[in-house]
Amino acid sequence: MYRYDQYDHKLVDERVAQYRDQTQRYLAGEISEEAFLPLRLQNGLYVQRLAPMLRIAVPYGLMSSQQVRKIAEISRVYDKGYVHFTTRQNIQLNWPKLEEVPDILAELASLEMHAIQTSGNCIRNTTTDQFAGVAPDEIEDPRPWCEIIRQWSTLHPEFAFLPRKFKIAVCGSEEDRAAFLLHDIGLQLVENSEGDIGFHVFVGGGLGRTPVIASSIREFLPKQHLLSYLDAILRVYNRYGNRDNKYKARIKILVKAWTPEVFAERVEAEWAHLKDGPATLDGTEIERMKSFFTAPQYLSFDAGETAADLQSLAKDNRAFSRWLDRNVRSQKQPGYSSVTLSLKPAGVAPGDVTDVQLETIADLADRFSFGEIRSTHNQNLVLADVAQPELFDLWQLAKSAGLATPSIGTINDMICCPGGDYCSLANAKSIPVAEAIQRKFDDLDYVYDLGDLELNISGCMNACGHHHIGHIGILGVDKKGEEWYQIQLGGSANSNAALGKVLGPSLSRQAVTDGIEKLLDVYVENRLEQESFLSTYQRIGIEKFKQRVYGTAS
Amino acid sequence: MAQLLKQGQVTVNNWQTLDTGTTELPSGNLLVPVELWQQLSLGAEQHSGEIGLWLDGSEEIEQLADLLIKAPVIGIRFSKFADGRGFSMARLLRERYGYQGELRATGDFIRDQLYFLQRCGFTSYEFDDSVDVAEASKSLNDFTDAYQVAVDQQVPLFKRR
Repeated sequence: MYRYDQYDHKLVDERVAQYRDQTQRYLAGEISEEAFLPLRLQNGLYVQRLAPMLRIAVPYGLMSSQQVRKIAEISRVYDKGYVHFTTRQNIQLNWPKLEEVPDILAELASLEMHAIQTSGNCIRNTTTDQFAGVAPDEIEDPRPWCEIIRQWSTLHPEFAFLPRKFKIAVCGSEEDRAAFLLHDIGLQLVENSEGDIGFHVFVGGGLGRTPVIASSIREFLPKQHLLSYLDAILRVYNRYGNRDNKYKARIKILVKAWTPEVFAERVEAEWAHLKDGPATLDGTEIERMKSFFTAPQYLSFDAGETAADLQSLAKDNRAFSRWLDRNVRSQKQPGYSSVTLSLKPAGVAPGDVTDVQLETIADLADRFSFGEIRSTHNQNLVLADVAQPELFDLWQLAKSAGLATPSIGTINDMICCPGGDYCSLANAKSIPVAEAIQRKFDDLDYVYDLGDLELNISGCMNACGHHHIGHIGILGVDKKGEEWYQIQLGGSANSNAALGKVLGPSLSRQAVTDGIEKLLDVYVENRLEQESFLSTYQRIGIEKFKQRVYGTAS
Repeated sequence: MAQLLKQGQVTVNNWQTLDTGTTELPSGNLLVPVELWQQLSLGAEQHSGEIGLWLDGSEEIEQLADLLIKAPVIGIRFSKFADGRGFSMARLLRERYGYQGELRATGDFIRDQLYFLQRCGFTSYEFDDSVDVAEASKSLNDFTDAYQVAVDQQVPLFKRR
């Protein structure tokens, strides 16, 4: 993984000092609320319903075991002993004290972490595939590019006060595991007909009130031009994005208003001035960045023997076999697997993890995954590069720490925002809905029979829980002071990204789980062999689901 | 705005800013609206002081640039500090159109933006009387180095590491 040199260290240290001074001036009444707002947001600090919330950056979801131990310690000393993993691979502390935030940032800086630009109208954390570097379908490891973008976007002097927040995702493989078409800029590593690797550039995707799938504006951008081209996109947006109405301020609205073709022309015209300028990347820098993301010392195993051993363990142990099926996936490196540690046991807010669990995870990473941990946009953690003969030991340890719920990719692995329990924007609670669903569908055989099913829950239309792209999406709405839930069907975040359709009138909290059960019944009754929920929905349409839930005559 | 931070020093602002719609020119150094600047620069009027111009971050400067860069001072006015268009405009004036004169931030910017403003090519900053400008000027030095190319540094950090 990337390691700081003296320049990176100095920059984050200076950022801590700057923010400490800003906090002191705010507490002394020398900075107005209005002026302090963007300053604290650009350091990840929100003021929430019950307490401030601090969002810590996890650049492209990659952490070392030392960093995870530090997070555990911070959560114990400065918070209530647990943290939350977000859909943008970041970490949130729910109960820090505003006046202690500078100290927290200093602790983070000591281990090469920060909260820079995790909120506010600026360029946010760049996200990517949690299986970067190990995915069998990868064209190129996206992480060096994410780090190049991280450095370019960090304290960029021109783009700190954009019309609205700005999110970039990089996808390095054929299958999309980064939801890159739902970002302000989505970059897909592609190979052109000459065999060169570059970027297919998409702009204007996003969720929120106006969900939009990103449009292609350039099919092939040679690598060395990445930063000057990003500068051109951001400059066009910074100058022409809507600043009068925050609900029309995202780049997606500008791209729609101009059309993607016109937007692309404007970017190209701007880029003509910047192309081949000083921001142009050279081979030395690209190689330097790649040198941080090299393969660990893999061992070679007797593949046949390993497979036989696992098979026999799985045969004797149903729980282990389930975990292998759902939580373990193969890598491009033979003999190694990537293990998803579930942060979705029933009864715990999805994505929440305690300080003690974090320390266990760090220990597991040291023992099994070369000291590295990855966070996922589905709010789980991944240990990559686990030697297959070690899987059984890892499973036992993960299980006793409550991290081996074998439900990855099933209905119980839902994405869920913090909702009305924490967030001051929410119209409704989301965590209790997630829990009710997990408790309702606790029969694992049934859950496995349902197969791959993405269920996403947002507590308001800002869509932090990605309800638009769930196969089943649940959106909390406020009806005269009561919490109701709208159901959407057919969303998808993969390469054929699609936005869900509203099923019908919203349901009361009590009716949601029954409603979901009816949807699942329709699926089970109508599916063809091996057909997923999403495919069945796409084939039979929304009507049958609607009739079952609302009881209307067919 | 009575105080001016320029080249790291606090000085008295001896430039007067004229609002849009003004036609009579008072004596002394003036920052005039961009429309008036266009008229004046065509006529080359006699005036006792120097004349510069100011514009909003939203101005389309592409067509005007040849005329603008002759000004001894260009003020970019921030209508709200959160409106970041002035940062792009400053870089365009400096890097694309080669403006060499004084580039001044006016209006609703805040001291915590000074480091970024400076990087984008601003060289002076107007503050009202309530601000301790000497104290505020510390924010010019919030950081000692930066990753990106900007007006103050044309060699990216990755070529200097």
